[in-house]
Amino acid sequence: MSAVQWRNAMNAGAGRAALGKGLPGRGPGVSSRAKGAGDEIVERQTPSMWAAVRARHVVVLAFLLAFPFFATPFLTYQIGAQSLALGLIALSLTFLGGYGGMISLAQMTVAGVAGYMLAIFGASGEATLSLGWSWWIAVPIAIAISMLAGTFVGWLSVRTEGIYTIMITLAVGVAFYYLCLQNYSVFNGFQGFQRVYAPTLLGVNFRNPVPFYFLALACALGGYLLIQYVLRAPFGVALQGIRDNPRRMNALGFHVTAHRIAAYALAAFLAAVGGILLVWYNGLITPNSVGTSWLINVLIIAVLGGMKHPIGAFVGAVIFVLLQTFAIDLIDRERFNLVVGGVFLAIVLFSPDGLLGLWARLRERISTTRPQAALHPRRSKP
Amino acid sequence: MKSSKRVFLRTLAGAAVFAAFSGAAFAQQTVKIGLLATLEGPFAAGGADGMRGAELAIKQRNGMAGGKKIVLVKASSDAKPDVAVNATRKLVEQDKVDIMVGPLSGGEGIAVKEYSKTQPNITFINGSSGAQATTLVNPSPNFFRFNTEGAQWMVGLGKAALDKGYKRVMLIAEDYAFPYSQVQGFMSEYCRLGGKVPVKAWVPLGGKDYASVIARIPKDVDALLVVLGGADAVNFLNQYEAAGGDKPIVGGSITVSQDILNYKGKRRDSLVGTIAGAPIADAYDHPDFKAFVSAYQKEYPVSSGAYPSPSLFALVYYINMKAALDGLDAVKGDLSGGQAKYRQALSKMTLKTPVGDVRLDANRQAIGTTFITEVVKDAQGNLFNRVLRKVDGIDQMLGMPKEQFKMGSRDEPSCP
Amino acid sequence: MSRIWKAFWILALVLPLSVFLVWGIWHNAKLFFITLLNGLTLASLYFIVASGFTLVFGLMRNVNLAHGSLYLLGGYVGYFVGAKTGYFVLALAAGFVAAAFVGLLMQVAIFRFMQGQDLRQTMVTIGLSIVIADLLLWAIGAQVHQLSAPDGLAGPLRDIPLITAYSKYRMALLPVGIAIGVLLWLFLNRTRVGMMIRAGVDDRAMLAATGINVNLVFAATFAIGAGLAGLGGVIGAVELSMVPGEDVRLLLASLIVVIVGGMGSVVGAAVGATILGVAETYGLAYAPTYSVVFTFVILVLVLAFRPRGILGQAA
Repeated sequence: MSAVQWRNAMNAGAGRAALGKGLPGRGPGVSSRAKGAGDEIVERQTPSMWAAVRARHVVVLAFLLAFPFFATPFLTYQIGAQSLALGLIALSLTFLGGYGGMISLAQMTVAGVAGYMLAIFGASGEATLSLGWSWWIAVPIAIAISMLAGTFVGWLSVRTEGIYTIMITLAVGVAFYYLCLQNYSVFNGFQGFQRVYAPTLLGVNFRNPVPFYFLALACALGGYLLIQYVLRAPFGVALQGIRDNPRRMNALGFHVTAHRIAAYALAAFLAAVGGILLVWYNGLITPNSVGTSWLINVLIIAVLGGMKHPIGAFVGAVIFVLLQTFAIDLIDRERFNLVVGGVFLAIVLFSPDGLLGLWARLRERISTTRPQAALHPRRSKP
Repeated sequence: MKSSKRVFLRTLAGAAVFAAFSGAAFAQQTVKIGLLATLEGPFAAGGADGMRGAELAIKQRNGMAGGKKIVLVKASSDAKPDVAVNATRKLVEQDKVDIMVGPLSGGEGIAVKEYSKTQPNITFINGSSGAQATTLVNPSPNFFRFNTEGAQWMVGLGKAALDKGYKRVMLIAEDYAFPYSQVQGFMSEYCRLGGKVPVKAWVPLGGKDYASVIARIPKDVDALLVVLGGADAVNFLNQYEAAGGDKPIVGGSITVSQDILNYKGKRRDSLVGTIAGAPIADAYDHPDFKAFVSAYQKEYPVSSGAYPSPSLFALVYYINMKAALDGLDAVKGDLSGGQAKYRQALSKMTLKTPVGDVRLDANRQAIGTTFITEVVKDAQGNLFNRVLRKVDGIDQMLGMPKEQFKMGSRDEPSCP
Repeated sequence: MSRIWKAFWILALVLPLSVFLVWGIWHNAKLFFITLLNGLTLASLYFIVASGFTLVFGLMRNVNLAHGSLYLLGGYVGYFVGAKTGYFVLALAAGFVAAAFVGLLMQVAIFRFMQGQDLRQTMVTIGLSIVIADLLLWAIGAQVHQLSAPDGLAGPLRDIPLITAYSKYRMALLPVGIAIGVLLWLFLNRTRVGMMIRAGVDDRAMLAATGINVNLVFAATFAIGAGLAGLGGVIGAVELSMVPGEDVRLLLASLIVVIVGGMGSVVGAAVGATILGVAETYGLAYAPTYSVVFTFVILVLVLAFRPRGILGQAA
């Protein structure tokens, strides 16, 4: 591609948008021979988010909307709503890990911070520790505080290479767990907070299965669309560039650290919403909600579905919740951990892109015509 | 697209299977009882024994109660409240049990009690959870607890400690609700009779290193009140011995239980002479209790993984399940009308248990019996708990007038 | 960082510590010194376990999150061998060998095929840790297993000035930790294999280019690292007892030690272990409900100012 063409491409569409938004960059006059990240940006800006909608998306959406009407309240609540809330948290991990190259085990921690802050600022069973503010004050405060927490975690982890992120975020997550466990003046220690319930709005009690399911569905859909939009916007594209080659992006003038921290902040927002849904679902929050097993469960959910696809988070969540709920009918519930760990191990060993990756590879084998590259240009090694 | 269709079809098929599961129409000649215990995590052994106790209660009646067949549906949790509620919700809403027995641990009990308020037509009976707050704070009209709780289990121990000459006692306990209640049960009597507790060392949960706590033991205390469970108690005893400690120990209910007496190590000799308070005493001489023990031993020999003698969990789950079945007998299996008659029967009945009679108070909490025990070694070298005293009729107010009663906490009660 | 800022931060660190030192000794000298000993001996255990972790990470860039499960495995094997034979030394050896064997297996059968895919390797270790922990729970049960200290080390050391008595076994941990540290250092710095390992840490490609069988070196390193975890497990089985859940605790400790001390450096592991052990123990003794906050603050401070750890090398 010649320098003129590249310059025009950068000036048009996303390039202009990037400059207009004030993203750090030295503009198109950097180097006439500069290839790499620039080309991919140009090629990928063409399909907009809505152009990528296919029939299967519409069918799945219709199914989700109709689900409460043919499923029992139990399935709607315990399977449907729980999967959506967990999926949202896992989505934040998928976004950070699959598209940002930073696998953060502290996403459940951020969700837990939101849950705890909601319990502390809002109403709960602990009258002495909760402030009892109305939900429409408590919820934004909880989200804001957990976004701060998530950004802080990001700031701690981004100055080192990607592989350290797991270690550092795990350590931070467990430190928060012990803090919640041992502190009684703020976090109420081992008991945690009980009776943290969803509010009643306009006569609809969101504690009931069907309204709560639709609330969770709305949030999950919003999160999913947000991620799809961001991934195609300059920020998301730059993030993927940083995932692939931070040095090059730095040389191009992108502030790598700032991008990464911003990604953490966005992921924290998703995790916070998921955390609030989860605490309303459970009606309580305890230190165990942010313990090591849940930190790792969120990773398992994300990997199970496939970390290269945003929908993978929700697929993984559904499978995980189904296993958790019905394992006792099929195998010994006592060996649940073995089954989940084994499945996770199998997926990482044989299909690192999760179940969706497995399915895509099968589809490729079956269908001989459609080239997959155009739809998924980055489906490469993990 | 193929993938979406496949996903859709697969999910439909799955939904159909689940609907079949849930919509199963059972004949009116059976009563479904759900049983929840912790089969994973640190309380796994206790949970397994609890299930044995509950199943024993059913087996003793040949699987029938109130003229109907009992169908048992089991579920497992891992001592986490959210897992317990999920498991209970599945049993109640998906498997459609009529009566729910469980859970095992205190925190789970509070969470399940809250859930029970959303299911007014199902009767919930406790498993072995022993937190005070379950029936004292925001009690649920359909949650029944036929076992005494943590504080009740220690009534009588204060006097026994003073009888042994322990005038000053230091407390070492884990920092959460169950030990608070145990300490309150002990101190409400001990302080009243003139005992002193100068130092309260609340150990953070998850901490294994007791060396710091041991270093803080003052020279002038007569005994240590150790309310630790499972691995922590073993650990503490080890480290205390190794640090040159020699003060006698007063135990909480889960400190000197079968778990510890059975543990595989050489340190257990140091436990001889320890007094404790508990709802069970292995060496209790009454024929009812002996019959219970031999039934347990016959049904669950040690080779199958059971304990040589039923543990606290086995007894308590047995009592609660027996209550459920006796109640069914009392109403002749009539669970109609939102189980109102059944619940009435439960509230009014005097339950005969292997360790004495149990009645319920206004909050559907048991008024029952506590044993003060002492550890002795038998001829074969095994450790067991000898009964020092049996205290009956202990209610949740611990004998205090209602106005004076405050739930146990880190600072309450206090007599330095 | 400018000299003034550096001086400021050092003062900000040293001043409160010295104040605490003076106050502690004045307030209750016995408690203070017992706590110091406790902290150092705990640090010994942490060092033994974390050194294996950092060895594996330093050479193979493999964050082995199954390290805790190897600790548990070694502890259980050591327990059963010790209970059966009655010899503590055999138990130690058995724990080391068992964990080393499993580590070797993991490297040769799984990680060898994933060279360079750091993230994937780490996730495999997560899966392995869950599977191993549950298999152990299934096979052995959730009961407490307490290994007895060898007869020579059982019971207290009496007649020590000021602190009166101290656990013999715990006291022995100090020289053992130092000995293992010295042995490791000698191994890494005075033997051929050690030289290969150090070269590999610096530049894996060059090591392969010089004709050395890199896979063999990797396998040996992983085995040693895992064996150290197992050895730590047997030692911990006496002091802290074996129970499911210990694996997570020790893994966490290793993580923090390595993050604070420096990734890939054995001396860094010693430094980190000392800091963590002492901080944790003093926190438990003087402010039990906030001890974890101290640990966390240390972690944050180190990550803020030296993201690679105190003695970490810039890769």
